[in-house]
Amino acid sequence: MSASPTPAIEVKNLVKAFGTFYALRDISLQIAPGESVAIFGPNGAGKTTFLRILSAISRPTSGEIFIHAQRLHEATALIHRQLGVIGHQSFLYDDLTAEENLLFYARLYDVLSPSPRIQEVLAEVGLRERAKDRVRAFSRGMQQRLAIARAMLHNPSLLFLDEPYTGLDQHAASMLTSWLSRLRSERRTILLVTHDLDQGLALADRVVIFLRGKIAWEKTARELDQQTLRQLYFDSVAGAERRFGATA
Amino acid sequence: MSELRKLLALIRKDLLAEFRTKEMISSMLMFALIVVVIFNFTFDPGSRATAEAGPGILWVAFTFAGVLGLHRAMVHEVERGCLHGLMLAPVERGIIFLGKAVGNAIFIFLIELPTFLLFSIFFNLDFWKGIDKLAVIFFLGTIGFAAVGTLLSAISVNTRTREIMLPILLFPIEVPVIISAVNATAGALAGKNWSEISGWLKLLAGFDLIFLMVCFVTFEYVLEE
Repeated sequence: MSASPTPAIEVKNLVKAFGTFYALRDISLQIAPGESVAIFGPNGAGKTTFLRILSAISRPTSGEIFIHAQRLHEATALIHRQLGVIGHQSFLYDDLTAEENLLFYARLYDVLSPSPRIQEVLAEVGLRERAKDRVRAFSRGMQQRLAIARAMLHNPSLLFLDEPYTGLDQHAASMLTSWLSRLRSERRTILLVTHDLDQGLALADRVVIFLRGKIAWEKTARELDQQTLRQLYFDSVAGAERRFGATA
Repeated sequence: MSELRKLLALIRKDLLAEFRTKEMISSMLMFALIVVVIFNFTFDPGSRATAEAGPGILWVAFTFAGVLGLHRAMVHEVERGCLHGLMLAPVERGIIFLGKAVGNAIFIFLIELPTFLLFSIFFNLDFWKGIDKLAVIFFLGTIGFAAVGTLLSAISVNTRTREIMLPILLFPIEVPVIISAVNATAGALAGKNWSEISGWLKLLAGFDLIFLMVCFVTFEYVLEE
C-alpha cells in the first residue's frame, strides 16, 4: 500500500481577524503537489487575505500552515525560495530598467548565472527587446509580463496568482493563459485567485468557493462545466446575500 | 556571505533608482538649504546667539530634510507593491531593514555636506575647523536618525495621514540622538578637543547601537500585518 504524498500546501483551521472582523473563519485545505486550484469568491470573501497569509506577508490569528511539510513561519526563507507570486501589483521598480529589476530580484533569490537566466525569461515573455527600457515606460500589459518573468526567475515549484488577468489586454491575457497552461503541464503547484470563472475553471484541477471568509464548497474541475459552475457560484453568492446582507 | 550580497543589492537598487531621478535628493537638499537661508536672516553672523543656536539650526535642517527623504524612500517601496516583493524574497527582514536604513543614511549624508558648507559661509565659520570631529558627529547622528526613521516610515506609510504621522512618531524617539548630536556639534564648532566632546559621542554611539539592534529585530513585525 503506497502512502499518500505529502501535500504541497496544508492549511489547518486558519482564522484571520482584524479587530472584531473575521476575514477568514476556520479554513482547512490541502493541495497536492502539482495540483492547480482556483479560488473564486465575491469581493471581501477573504481570497486575497488567504493568499497573503500563505505567502507569509500576513500572520494568521490562529491555525497552522505547512508548505511541503514545513511550518510556514518557521521556514519562511526556505519556502520563499520555492514560491513565485503574481499579484495585483507588479513588485517592480519604475525607475529601474526591466533588466535591472530582474537582476535585483535574481540577487535576492541567489539565482546562479543571473544574466543568461534573465535573457531567457525576458525572451519567454517577449520583452527581450525592451530589456534596457525603464519600467515606467511600460504599458500595464508589459509590466504584467515582466512581473511573470520576475516570478519565474528562480524557477519556483509553487505559484500563487492573485487576479493575474486584471488590466491585461487580449494579447497579454492569452500569453498569460498559455504560460499558466504550460506550468500546469509541468506539474507545478498553482493556487489561482480570480473573479473570472471561465479562465479559472480552464486552468484548475479543483475549484474552491470562498464566501464570508469560509470555504462554501469545493469540487474537482471534472465535475463542473462552465454553465454548472456559474449556476453554483451565483446561487451560493445569492444565498449568502439573502442570509447575511449584500456584503456577502 | 549570501546575506551580505543581498544587502548590497538592496542598497545598490536604492542608489541606482535615486541617482537616476534625483527626485529625493534634490527636494531634501533644497529644503535643508532653505532652512539655513531663513535662519541666516534671523541671526546676526558672528553673534553669541548665532554661536549658541548654530548647531541646532544645522540639525533642524538635517532632520527635517531627512524626514522628507525617509518618507519618499518608503513610498517608492509601497507604490507598486515592491515592499511585498521584498517580503516574498528569501531575505531576512532585518536585512531589508539594513538595506533601506543604509540607503537612507547615504542620502542624508549627501545633503549634509553642501548644507554645512552653506551654513559655514552664512555664519562666518571656518569650514575646515573641527571638520574631522564634525564628520564623526554627522556620521553617528545620521545613523541613529536613519535607523529609527526607516522603521517608523514603514509603520507610517500604511496610515492614512502618512506624511504627518512620520515626524510625529519620529521626533520624540529621536530626542536623545538629536540632543547628543547638537551638543557634540556645538563643542566641535567651538574648537573643543576630542576628550571634551567624547561624552556626547559615546552617548550617540550607544543610542545608535541600541536603535540599530531594536529596529533590526522589530522590522519583521512592522512589515507583517
